[in-house]
Amino acid sequence: MKKPTGALLLSSLATLAFIYLPLLVLIVFSFNASKFNARWEGLSLRWYVQMLGNSDMRSATLNSLVVGVISSALATALAAMGALALERFHWKRKSLWEAFFFLPVVIPELMMAVGFLLLFNLVPSDLGLTKLVLAHTTLNLPIIWLIIRARLKKLDPRLEEAAMDLGATRAMAFYKVTLPLLAPAIVGGALMAFAVSLDDFFISFFVSDSASVTLPVYIYSLLRFNLSPEVNALSTALFVVSMLLVAVAFLLQGKEAHV
Amino acid sequence: MTVPNIQTPGFGTAQTYAVRRFGAPLKVKLSLPPLLWLAVFYALPLALIVVVSSAARGTYGGLLWDLSLKSYLRFFDPLYLGVLARSIGVAAFTTFICVVLAFPISWQMTRLSKRGQQIMVLLILIPFWTNVLVRLYAWMFLLGSSGPFNSVLMRLGLPPLEFLYTWKAVLLGFVYGALPFMILPLYASLEKIDKSLIEAAHDLYASSWQVFLRVILPLSKPGLVAGSVLVFASIPCDFVTPDIMGGSKYALMGNLIQQQYLVVRDWPFGSALALIQMLVIGGGLIVYLRQEQSA
Repeated sequence: MKKPTGALLLSSLATLAFIYLPLLVLIVFSFNASKFNARWEGLSLRWYVQMLGNSDMRSATLNSLVVGVISSALATALAAMGALALERFHWKRKSLWEAFFFLPVVIPELMMAVGFLLLFNLVPSDLGLTKLVLAHTTLNLPIIWLIIRARLKKLDPRLEEAAMDLGATRAMAFYKVTLPLLAPAIVGGALMAFAVSLDDFFISFFVSDSASVTLPVYIYSLLRFNLSPEVNALSTALFVVSMLLVAVAFLLQGKEAHV
Repeated sequence: MTVPNIQTPGFGTAQTYAVRRFGAPLKVKLSLPPLLWLAVFYALPLALIVVVSSAARGTYGGLLWDLSLKSYLRFFDPLYLGVLARSIGVAAFTTFICVVLAFPISWQMTRLSKRGQQIMVLLILIPFWTNVLVRLYAWMFLLGSSGPFNSVLMRLGLPPLEFLYTWKAVLLGFVYGALPFMILPLYASLEKIDKSLIEAAHDLYASSWQVFLRVILPLSKPGLVAGSVLVFASIPCDFVTPDIMGGSKYALMGNLIQQQYLVVRDWPFGSALALIQMLVIGGGLIVYLRQEQSA
């Protein structure tokens, strides 16, 4: 086989640079003391401090966290029920039921956003953050369902049978055998859901109002109307948090492979 | 403590055990909440889009139920047809650039060690897990008229580049966001190619170019098709990238839909647009996949 040619290596490195250059510049300049974009005036945490003092930013973060925690918990519970029901029981036309669970992943987010806008418009009173919780739970349900189902498919149903042969009740077998084995998928799925919820812009943009702005919607308004180095700090912070969440979710799923 | 109830399993598959043991009520209890949830918060909203698309817009943006196809007919205006054509064009061009950019790096990835390949997959995935607004802002900041890129140019004595808020900037934003969707499937199918086929081609005096065109390219088709579908379908729905990178000057279908819903408040027309767009993308993809399969 021919050795890697220089041109191939170079163009691959160029692509990597294309992917990482903007992100690196953004992160570096979030620590810039200068008020002007391009001039570097030394390290400073000034923009982070200013960001923390910004009450709009704080309330958007709080909204994002509340919506993320509640919607990922709800979606995880519903997805686990759906995965157990479909995997552990006999279903006629199973693939149709599976498609019903899976389809929200395939439908464009903009369609779902538009649909939620129309749905919530049917409710006369103002639901505030509840709208976001309901929408994000729906967005997350199929994603976690896929993760838990994949794990459940790999689990040997005979483990639970063995526990019951040894005298465990149905509930005991589930809590002592199946649940601990499913735990990495459940926790990993919940973290993934939290990351997706924190990340979501399209649905939140259609569903939120001025009282229920989430972090990405807030960043959007800054990009449109109010650019300042603070946006660098906020973007960097969001980037780091997303990376941490996804990293832990992946580690948990990697662990799963060794069980 | 009570004496545990010892059950004796009968014969049959694991699945029949489960059914016998848990019985029908548990199956219903477990499946009903998620199914109801999806019916109310997923099927119902989509059905509403269809229903609303046949209504008319009231004077104050309310809905008048008159069951007509007016909103769909309105779409056949050169203005709106042009937006659809432009969206398809931008999606196709983005897909093409992504293929060109993704090929070298995907091929290079297959030549690395197993560990190296895993690290590269992670590196490719990181921008995908970055918020779309953070990604766009990073470019906006870098390329802005007084951003770091232009200050480097000026220090070199070159004229500054007014790149942001142009068509090219919109395209750059799309390519940047979609690239992982192309690299990962392409890498997956390149990785499966038996390297001895390439050696064989070289032994038979094929030039590098011939090897690429007649061995690698045909064998990478599944990845190319999957990547193209993912990239192409992701573009027309995105209204932020044209908004941020193009400074709201260049509208695609996603922008049109967003405007109809949130600015003009003509929900019937917005719903009709959303459905037309989904039919066009879905129909286009089905035709494309059919052709690929038969070819």
